[in-house]
Amino acid sequence: MAEILVLVEHTGETVKKVTCELLTLARACGEPAAVWTGAGAEAGRARLAEFGAAKVYVAESKDFDDYLVAPKAELLAELVAQKSAAAVLVAATTEGREVAARLAVKTGSGILADVTGLADELVGEQSIFGGAITVQSKVTTGTPIIAVRPNAVTPEPAPGAAEIEPVSITVSDAAKGAHVTGRVEQERGERPELTEASIVVSGGRGVGAGENFALIEKLADALGAAVGASRAATDAGWYPHQFQVGQTGKTVSPQLYLACGISGAIQHRAGMQTSKTIMVVNKDPEAPIFELADYGVVGDLFKVVPQLIDEIEKRSQG
Amino acid sequence: MNIVVCVKQVPDTWSERTLRSDDSTLDRGAADAVMNELDEYAIEEGLRLTEAHGGEVTILSVGPEKASETIRKALSMGADKAVHVSDEALHGSDALVTSEVIAKVLGRIGFDLVILGSESTDARMGVMAAMLAERLSVPQMSFASKVETDGTAITINRQADYGYDTVEATLPAVVSVVEKINEPRYPSFKGIMAAKKKPVETLSLADLEIDAAGAGLAASATEVVSFAKRPPRQAGTIVTDEGDGGTKAAEFLATRKFI
Repeated sequence: MAEILVLVEHTGETVKKVTCELLTLARACGEPAAVWTGAGAEAGRARLAEFGAAKVYVAESKDFDDYLVAPKAELLAELVAQKSAAAVLVAATTEGREVAARLAVKTGSGILADVTGLADELVGEQSIFGGAITVQSKVTTGTPIIAVRPNAVTPEPAPGAAEIEPVSITVSDAAKGAHVTGRVEQERGERPELTEASIVVSGGRGVGAGENFALIEKLADALGAAVGASRAATDAGWYPHQFQVGQTGKTVSPQLYLACGISGAIQHRAGMQTSKTIMVVNKDPEAPIFELADYGVVGDLFKVVPQLIDEIEKRSQG
Repeated sequence: MNIVVCVKQVPDTWSERTLRSDDSTLDRGAADAVMNELDEYAIEEGLRLTEAHGGEVTILSVGPEKASETIRKALSMGADKAVHVSDEALHGSDALVTSEVIAKVLGRIGFDLVILGSESTDARMGVMAAMLAERLSVPQMSFASKVETDGTAITINRQADYGYDTVEATLPAVVSVVEKINEPRYPSFKGIMAAKKKPVETLSLADLEIDAAGAGLAASATEVVSFAKRPPRQAGTIVTDEGDGGTKAAEFLATRKFI
């Protein structure tokens, strides 16, 4: 069976959930081979085995962390050629999409960006124009490169050998143009990453002020959720920009999306419309976000949300 | 500093956007056309950098004739001149072809810095800066929330889920920006009048020595198999808070096993 290369996203030794989702998809299309960049593969291997990786190609160089995107694309291009891979799957994260972009140019291959599902013959499903239209498309030239939206598919375990195979690669000077010199981590507490979280609690204009986001955070923490914000809230400086959900921000697809004080302009809907369950709290019964709601409460979020938090805490103690 | 800002005309997010039934490409007739929003931030950054360091901002756009409106808007914000690549053979081109065309123009006109919005509101791929950097063999400085340059070296803050990375390179380079980076200016009346006289060079594929057979829908490396309007979500339960809204919401979450 032809190999499907899966670029592993990991934080140190911890494999991100989206990688398990990619392996799940890859299994249906061929033999999944994980591609690990940097250190930590020995420890991360077990997780890849659990989700069916037959092989783990490991390229240990520090260059993958020290230089932006280009070294990873170089590695994948090398592996595509060496292993005659049938396809390459990456996470549709900022970096994943950029690796895909460079790989596409290197190999003259088409990209499907931000797919939410994959069918036979590598036909990908995409949700476009703010979720208004669903498209099925496929790559017709080169080795299909498919960027998959995190949380769009459910990861299912199935054991694989996850046999480690070291890959020696010398990253070219051309790929070392953009040098990563520092990382600044901004506080997000113990919360899960926004695009990976199975529950996202978001606040919008109705939250009214930056300090009021403490309430949104409290609800998020009660649910073990990530915090998001609408553009109105990030533009007002109430919450950091990297948490913006919507067009020009993050696209999320959690099991539960809880929108508090968000009217639901198309820009916002573009970033959350594929969420499985949507709950809304908004005082304006005419707010378009209610059209998406599986459950909506018309009311003041400063009354409804504290009561909801109390109830969640009560239930968790009971 | 010689700065080129790439801009794209896109269908307005606020209008109903759809695909054409005949060839599954964007139906440009169905929606109002506007400048891609993030491109305004790219122009603003270009203008600020030339105001600080001298030089010129050139606008580069690939698109149908109508895209000249978007180019005029960019010029009215203060850019100096523009290049418009317009050719019917480009209809339906994918990102790979478009990046090839843009790279060809950039190679021809030269640049110290290319600035783009980090993604377009229609395709939302977020790949163009990376593709251009790859094609031009220059550093990729993408998703910047801050740009600093002295005309030789460049440093950006690259936005990330956890905060940001600082990234350094030497010019020439390709930069893409996120909306946090600045507050774009509105065109002034004077700017709008001045824009009418600014030079716009229009190029065809033949001018760029690109084979028309290698462009457009037929040369696209991907194909739309089918598309359909997303069925409306099933109407949910909406309750009005009468002092028990939070409790009811919790009950709903419990029935769905979220708590």
